[in-house]
Amino acid sequence: MEIHMEYYLVISTIMFFAGIYGFITRRNLLAILISIELILNSVDMNFVVFNRYLFPEQMEGLFFSLFAIGISACETAVAIAIIINIYRNIRNIQAKNLNQLKD
Amino acid sequence: MGYANFLYMKEELSLVAVIVILLLYDIFGSQKSLRYFQPVACVLLLVHTLVNLLPSGEAVAFGGMYHNTPIGNIVKSILSFGTLLVFMQAGNWLQSEKIIIRRGEFYVVTLSTLLGMYFMISAGHFLMYFIGIELASIPTATLVAYDKYRNKSAEAAAKYILSAVFASGLSLYGLSLIYGTTGSLYFTDVPAKLDGSPIQLMAFAFFFVGLGFKLSLVPFHQWTPDTYEGAPTSVTAYLSVISKGSAAFVLMALLFKVFAPLVKEWQAILYGIIILTITLANIFAIRQQNIKRFFAYSSISQAGYIMLGVIGGNALGMTGLVYYVLVYMLSNLAAFGVISIVEHRSGKVTIDDYNGLYATNPRLSVVMMLALFSLAGIPPFAGFFSKFFIFAAAAEQGFYVLVFIALLNTIISLYYYLRIVKAMFINKSDAPIAGFTSDAYTRVSLLVCSLGILLLGIASCVYENIGRFSFGM
Repeated sequence: MEIHMEYYLVISTIMFFAGIYGFITRRNLLAILISIELILNSVDMNFVVFNRYLFPEQMEGLFFSLFAIGISACETAVAIAIIINIYRNIRNIQAKNLNQLKD
Repeated sequence: MGYANFLYMKEELSLVAVIVILLLYDIFGSQKSLRYFQPVACVLLLVHTLVNLLPSGEAVAFGGMYHNTPIGNIVKSILSFGTLLVFMQAGNWLQSEKIIIRRGEFYVVTLSTLLGMYFMISAGHFLMYFIGIELASIPTATLVAYDKYRNKSAEAAAKYILSAVFASGLSLYGLSLIYGTTGSLYFTDVPAKLDGSPIQLMAFAFFFVGLGFKLSLVPFHQWTPDTYEGAPTSVTAYLSVISKGSAAFVLMALLFKVFAPLVKEWQAILYGIIILTITLANIFAIRQQNIKRFFAYSSISQAGYIMLGVIGGNALGMTGLVYYVLVYMLSNLAAFGVISIVEHRSGKVTIDDYNGLYATNPRLSVVMMLALFSLAGIPPFAGFFSKFFIFAAAAEQGFYVLVFIALLNTIISLYYYLRIVKAMFINKSDAPIAGFTSDAYTRVSLLVCSLGILLLGIASCVYENIGRFSFGM
């Protein structure tokens, strides 16, 4: 059975906007980070699907998504290190407690 | 294809060599020899800057992934020179009690972000650009969190990294749509396939967010004041000039080269963004009390002025932008050098603390005054000429209303820059900051910045040399 490209794109678009929604509404720093991961994963999916269905003669999209996965892992590592540091300082990772810097 | 390709990227190679030497020195150097870390780092970076000072020819390596241009060489030299000034000013802070054990990391991490900017500037493919921008922004988050026992630093870093990753996610989504509609990610292949279909416009808008975030243009600027206030002052200086300057140049190069077919659309977007950026940032800057926060808003509005060089799409604009970045870098680093040494010696960071500074520290006050006059664009100083050139470039393409609004905003900005000058020279204070002598590195860096502010405008050879290598759309 053939699965059309549109199905993949629908899923990746839903993931992308769910990520944006989560980034705006979540209160916990780790949950915000997970939402960002959703965005990055939807991008990887887009690249692979476009490559496989539209331009199968070159591997550009596949390689881009490989690098994107690696780099998003770095981003997550640094972000979690910073979140741990915040936990050590204020014993809490709720976004509402990050209120020392404001106008 | 072969290893000979590496010879085209001599700037990146020599920077990697500097990074490796410093890393090994940091790991294997004895406690006693590590005292000389700052001079060693400064000398190595100075050598690196001087070796690569002369622009080399245009070169394409690795099948088009890496594309070196002479104007890119100039920007790289400006950036590494700015990093050198930041290193000279950072010494005091790195000697403080809780930081000294990790001082080597500061230099290594900062140079890695500089390497990322180099790759970003010389990219010929969106993958290279993406790796460069991430290499430039992820280590910056660790720099912002450098004072890890200070809660504000950690908070600033969290705000920075979460917004940075979010922006790069949006930017990547735009890139994936560009790939889907054009079938290529090479800068040379994409323009031919851009036809302005709705999906490409959406892709461009998403893509623009990533660089808009790094430049802190107005709809994407919310992280800037918080991060600038919380970060260690040297890191703030680095963020506000080096990171911003590289992003401005890359944005311009991408808009000129890759998104040239969408010129009407991006000019419309930039038009609105420039007005918003300059005006809102100026209004917010007026009511700031913390001096680092004040300079955050000032740097946002300066980013708006820098974008004036992009909107015309002409060679004059490119020259103006590179020159503006150079002058802005010297002015801002002079200001941050003073803020950094004052904060280190007295722990004071609000504008009211600067009351009566002239009575106790006359030379620092004069340097600060020069920097503020240059940022505001008062005539004999370099800031006036950079503003003039960038306004001229935008006016040449007929953006008269935009230039007029920018001019009005210059007057507003004069008000808040002069507020600090008034605090230093006219206001009386019961307990002014006590007089102190700065260390040699800070003095030299402030001297270089002041000389630059005084001479760059008058010595026309700098502007003309940049102008020889610029190109328009």
